[in-house]
Amino acid sequence: MDTRYESAPREGSVKILTGAVDCDVHPASPSKAEILPYLDPYLAESVLQRGIESIESVHYPPKAPITVREDWRGPAGAGPALERMQAHLLDGMGVGTAILNPLMGVQLLMNEDMGAGFARGLNDFIAKEWLDRDDRLRASIVVPQQNPKLAAEEIERMAADRRFVSVLLLTASELPLGKRYYWPIYEAAEKHGLPIAIHAGSMYRHGTTGLGWAGSHSQDYAANGVNFQTTLTSLIIEGVFQIHPGLKVVLSESGITWLPAYLWRLDKGWHGLRMLTPWVTKMPREVVAEHVRFTTAPFDAPRNAETVAKIVDHIGNDDLFLFSTDYPHWQFDGDHAVPDGFSDDLIRKMMIDNPRATWSRLEESA
Amino acid sequence: MNVQTKPEVKRADEAKVGIADCDTHPTPKSLEAEIYPFLTQHWRDYIDTYGMVQRIGFASGTQYPKGQPRASRRDSFPPDGGPPASNLAFMQEQHLDPHNVDMAVSIPLRIGQALNQAELAVAVCSAINDWQEHFWTSKDKRMKASIVMAYENADACIEQIEKHAPKDDFVQVSMLSRTPEPMGHRKYWPIYEAAAANDMPVAVHAFGYGGNPVTGSGWPSYYIEDMMAHSMSCAGLITSMVYEGVFERIPKLKLVIVEGGISWLPSLAWRLDRIWEKNRLELSHVTRPPSELMRDHIWLTSQPIEEPDTRRHLLETIEWIGWEKVLYASDYPHWDFDDPKHVLPANVSKEQRQGFFRDNAMKLYGLA
Repeated sequence: MDTRYESAPREGSVKILTGAVDCDVHPASPSKAEILPYLDPYLAESVLQRGIESIESVHYPPKAPITVREDWRGPAGAGPALERMQAHLLDGMGVGTAILNPLMGVQLLMNEDMGAGFARGLNDFIAKEWLDRDDRLRASIVVPQQNPKLAAEEIERMAADRRFVSVLLLTASELPLGKRYYWPIYEAAEKHGLPIAIHAGSMYRHGTTGLGWAGSHSQDYAANGVNFQTTLTSLIIEGVFQIHPGLKVVLSESGITWLPAYLWRLDKGWHGLRMLTPWVTKMPREVVAEHVRFTTAPFDAPRNAETVAKIVDHIGNDDLFLFSTDYPHWQFDGDHAVPDGFSDDLIRKMMIDNPRATWSRLEESA
Repeated sequence: MNVQTKPEVKRADEAKVGIADCDTHPTPKSLEAEIYPFLTQHWRDYIDTYGMVQRIGFASGTQYPKGQPRASRRDSFPPDGGPPASNLAFMQEQHLDPHNVDMAVSIPLRIGQALNQAELAVAVCSAINDWQEHFWTSKDKRMKASIVMAYENADACIEQIEKHAPKDDFVQVSMLSRTPEPMGHRKYWPIYEAAAANDMPVAVHAFGYGGNPVTGSGWPSYYIEDMMAHSMSCAGLITSMVYEGVFERIPKLKLVIVEGGISWLPSLAWRLDRIWEKNRLELSHVTRPPSELMRDHIWLTSQPIEEPDTRRHLLETIEWIGWEKVLYASDYPHWDFDDPKHVLPANVSKEQRQGFFRDNAMKLYGLA
């Protein structure tokens, strides 16, 4: 037996509905040879002269089980990767629209201009090598999170291409994402009707936990669950949604089963401490209902329909769910992308209604 | 902080049974009066000259000023002066007697554990333990002490554990959640081994100053973020302990998570199970599902208990945790005190209530 992983029990076989939107999908990161033609001449020369071989994030080690499901592996390169995505996801499972969140480690670079240069190159690469080749694909704009002013400039540069539907940030940032430092990004996103897709991952400016550096990949990946919570607290408490009432945030690969306990705690804390942040005039749960959505993979729960139904009841708001497979990350087996225990009504909402209400640009091509 | 709950009619049979309060915070009246007697002249002079420095920038206080003076109930300041919970008679009058508390665990905060000067930390922790004995547990048998430790120095911890664990007055060892390294790190294992060998649970209380930003995204701005991040710190330390295999290496280890609330634990357990299933190469030393290890080794104190509008949701969540794993705590004298009269929904069985308020704690701590 391969000790690297063992197949989990089958779960939740639900057909993907016609027209379903998969709200978190990952294109293969371009190799050095693939990205070079898309980089500014100075950066391309710099990559060659300095021997920069790769800027992949350690958050998703290429051979780690979660990074690519065993039966979804194959040859490198955008062409073969797109063919696999078509075979497995778009044609195979019948996903109608897939939103690509590229996870190349652009945000990790310490050099802000280099981050901006790689972001430009990556967005142009995605447009040409992915979006041009399958009209079921949409993408989030990758921005240099290292420098919010440059990030806003990249949003301005890309916003005219309506196939780019959101702006991608990593949850474990240099500073908590609600802080005013980042508001130029939100201003540009709101102006162009682009939700902010905050994704699992880290800029690695700090250890992945509030206790410092965790000791393994599994711990780092688990830490996303809490890093999304502190990120969401920051967005709510700093008043981002008061300043940008049109802004929507999609927590991507965040998990959602932590949400009930989180909101019970934050609502209680807000009751006791709201005099310290008087601009937060609504209960956190109301802010979340209005502005924040959650992708469904991974769905951290037992494989038990009754428990899952209770969790959905605790979450108490079907509008919050956005269907995702997290392809090609390994979050489920076979084509069982929906946990047992989701109602038909929830499935329709999370696959069709909620994505279209969240990404206004999806309606344009509907 | 039971802002929205309705008071519940107290049934006659409950009034007779004493409750166990697993988180209270006795405090010295002053360092000079109550702690200096247990310190050498060198350390008294040192504190007078340099203070007791933690891994934060301020000479005293925190970078996140609390919402209330000393984070305490405004009615908890003793009438004859001194900080809240520095006067046993007043604590008896305000809390232990009226709430029918017949076992209260003392968890001293603020001084000792997280000091940056390593030798000072050892000296002050030792003094705090002696102080608990002389000023609290010997004067009221309802009070039980925690062995406070300079947890960056395992040898010093073992010395304190071996000194105090045999006494009936001490029921657990105490750490703070924000350690400089996640708690599964091997430098802490000797502490856990000593605790387990002496049949003492390890209690982890909120906060501490390990020197890391309190979130994986750096330092937040506001106290509510700092406060909310405590349960996230606990999730981080549990992840570290489970995935580093601590509970399998030390099968007798019992971990008590204090002041993090409770409802976040099931989701964490499910998440750790799913990741464990996939990363069997990296986690080959973890031979059982994380949720099982957590069920066997982790207890939670209740405060600040979550208050969903639909109170049934809290009960379903406790079912997932296990009724036998939740321990009532008031957090007296702090501002977010959970009143035992209001803390649980009404429709809880007598056995569950009895376990929550008393039996679970008495069993865990080996008390009658």
